[in-house]
Amino acid sequence: MKKDQWIMGIETSCDETAVAIIKNGREIVANVVASQIESHKRFGGVVPEIASRHHVEQITIVTEEALKQANMTFAEIDAIAVTEGPGLVGALLIGVNAAKALAFAQNKPLVPVHHIAGHIYANRLVTELKFPLLALVVSGGHTELVYMKEHGHFEVIGETRDDAAGEAYDKVARTLSMPYPGGPHIDRLAQAGNPTINLPRAWLEEGSYDFSFSGLKSAVINTVHNAEQRGEIIAPEDLAASFQESVIEVLVTKTMKAVAEYGVEQVLVAGGVAANKGLRNALEKAFSDKPGIELVIPPLSLCTDNAAMIAAAGSVMFEKGIRANLTLNANPGLDIELYN
Amino acid sequence: MTILAIDTSNYALGVALLEDNQVLGEYITNLKKNHSVRIMPAIQTLMKDCEKVPADLTKIVVAKGPGSYTGVRIGVTIAKTLAWTLNIPLVGISSLEILASGVGRYFDGYVSPLFDARRGQVYTGLYQYHSGELTSVKEDRLSMLSDWADSLKETGKSILFIGNDLPLHQAAIEAALASQAVFAAGTEHNPRPAELALLGKDKPGEDIHSFVPNYIRLAEAEAKWLEAKGKILNG
Ligand SMILES: [Zn+2]
Repeated sequence: MKKDQWIMGIETSCDETAVAIIKNGREIVANVVASQIESHKRFGGVVPEIASRHHVEQITIVTEEALKQANMTFAEIDAIAVTEGPGLVGALLIGVNAAKALAFAQNKPLVPVHHIAGHIYANRLVTELKFPLLALVVSGGHTELVYMKEHGHFEVIGETRDDAAGEAYDKVARTLSMPYPGGPHIDRLAQAGNPTINLPRAWLEEGSYDFSFSGLKSAVINTVHNAEQRGEIIAPEDLAASFQESVIEVLVTKTMKAVAEYGVEQVLVAGGVAANKGLRNALEKAFSDKPGIELVIPPLSLCTDNAAMIAAAGSVMFEKGIRANLTLNANPGLDIELYN
Repeated sequence: MTILAIDTSNYALGVALLEDNQVLGEYITNLKKNHSVRIMPAIQTLMKDCEKVPADLTKIVVAKGPGSYTGVRIGVTIAKTLAWTLNIPLVGISSLEILASGVGRYFDGYVSPLFDARRGQVYTGLYQYHSGELTSVKEDRLSMLSDWADSLKETGKSILFIGNDLPLHQAAIEAALASQAVFAAGTEHNPRPAELALLGKDKPGEDIHSFVPNYIRLAEAEAKWLEAKGKILNG
C-alpha cells in the first residue's frame, strides 16, 4: 500500500495569510485563512505595504492553527508548498521566507507553486481531474483560459490584454459608488436589474481566446457621465446587469469555443470571480446540453485565495519532482508554463 | 547556548553564531542585492561551517529596524518562523543599537548611529555605555538631520557618528557640530551581527506571534487615512 502524502501549503500573494494541510492531494485536513479585507476596505483597495505588514503579524499564528486543526506535527509533513508568484512582491516575500525557514529548520522539501495553478487545483479538492481539461480562471488579477493535457502541465491559450475581469468589476463598482470589493455588489445588483443598456463586447480578432475589458469599463463610465450631463437617471441595477451580461457573454462564448476546439473532458472554473452567481448560472446553462463534458465550480471558500489550493497544486508538483532550494525568491510576474 | 543572529534591515546583510561568549562565525556583506535570495543560504552555510544544525540553536536574535521596510520584514519573518518552529526564544534589537554597540564601548561620549531616510531625513537615536551596558539616551526616531544636529549640540558632549550612509550627511553634521562631532572609520560602518547576538544574549524572549518590525513610520496610506479621519473628527 502506498504511504499517505501530507503537504503543507502557504499562501500570502495578496491580502489573505493562509496555511493549509492536505492529504494525498485531495483531502483538506486543515485550511486556515486570515483575511485582511476589513483593514483594506478603508482604502478602497489592497494597499501593498499594509498587506505585507499584516502578513508578518499573522504568519506564525496561522501556521500554528493549521497544525492544530490537523492535529499534526512537522514530523508527519512530507513537503512545504508555497506560492512563489504572481502577486504583490512584498506580500509574497513573507510566505516565501517563512516557507524557507520552515523547510530549513524541519528539513523538508520545498515546493514552489504558481498562484493560478493553485486556483485551478482548488477543483481537485472537489472532484478528481479528467484530462484533457480546460480551466477558466477569473479573478481580481487574472482572466485566462488554461489548457491542461495532464497533471502539472499548463498551456495558456488565452489571457487578458488589459484589465482582468475582477479589476473591471471593482472599477465599475467604484463608478457606481459601491464599496470595495465591488464584485459581489455588482453581482447582487445585477440579479435585480435588466440588461437594457447596450454595452460593447470585445471579441478581438477571429480565433483569439484573449480577453479585453478596458473598453467595456470605459463604456460604463461614459454611459454614467453622459447620463449625468443630460440630467437623466440610469437605474444602477440595469447598468450592473448590462455590464455583467457583457462580461459573462464574452467569458462563456470563448470558453465554449475552446471546449469545442480542444475536445476537453472537463471544464474547471477558478479564481475569486468564480463565486459570481451570474457567471455560474450562465456556465451551467451553456453546459446543460453538453452531457459529455463535466463542468466543475468549486464552493466559494475555495474560489477565493486559500492555501489548500496551493497544497493541492504543490502535491502534484511534489510528485513531479519540482523542488526549490533556499535561494527561492518571490516572483511577482511568474509564468505558469515555467514548470511544465 | 547557541545564538543565531540575523540582520537584513538595511543594505548590510549579517548572520552570526554566538556560543556562550565566543563568536563561532560571522557573515557580512554590504551589497545592494536581494536579501530574500541570500539570507537563508547565508544562514545555512554559516551553520554548516560551524557544524551546527537547527536543533542546536537556543535563541534567535533579530534586527527589528528601523531600515528598509521590505528588508527588515524578511529578517523578522525568518527569525519569527525559526524561533516558533524550533520552540526557542526570540529577541528583537534595534538596528541602530547594533551599530552603536561596537564602537561605543571605547568611546567616552554619546553615539549617534544613522541610516539615511531620504529628503534630508535620517533614522537615528542616541546611545551611551554605562558601566559596561549600552543604554539609550534618546530613543530611535525619524528626524530631519538638521533638527537632530541642533538637539545634539545642546548636550555639549562629544558625539560619535556611525553608519554606511554617513557620507551623505557628514558635511552637514560638521557644519552644525564642528569639533563636537567624531566620525567612525570606514571599516566600522557595517552593523556587526555578532554585536546583535551579544545584545540579545541575556534579554528575555518576546511573544513570537505578535512580534513585528519597528518601522518607526506608519505606512503612507495609513498615515493619510488617519489624517483624513482626524480632520473629520475635529470638524
Ligand atoms: Zn488569487
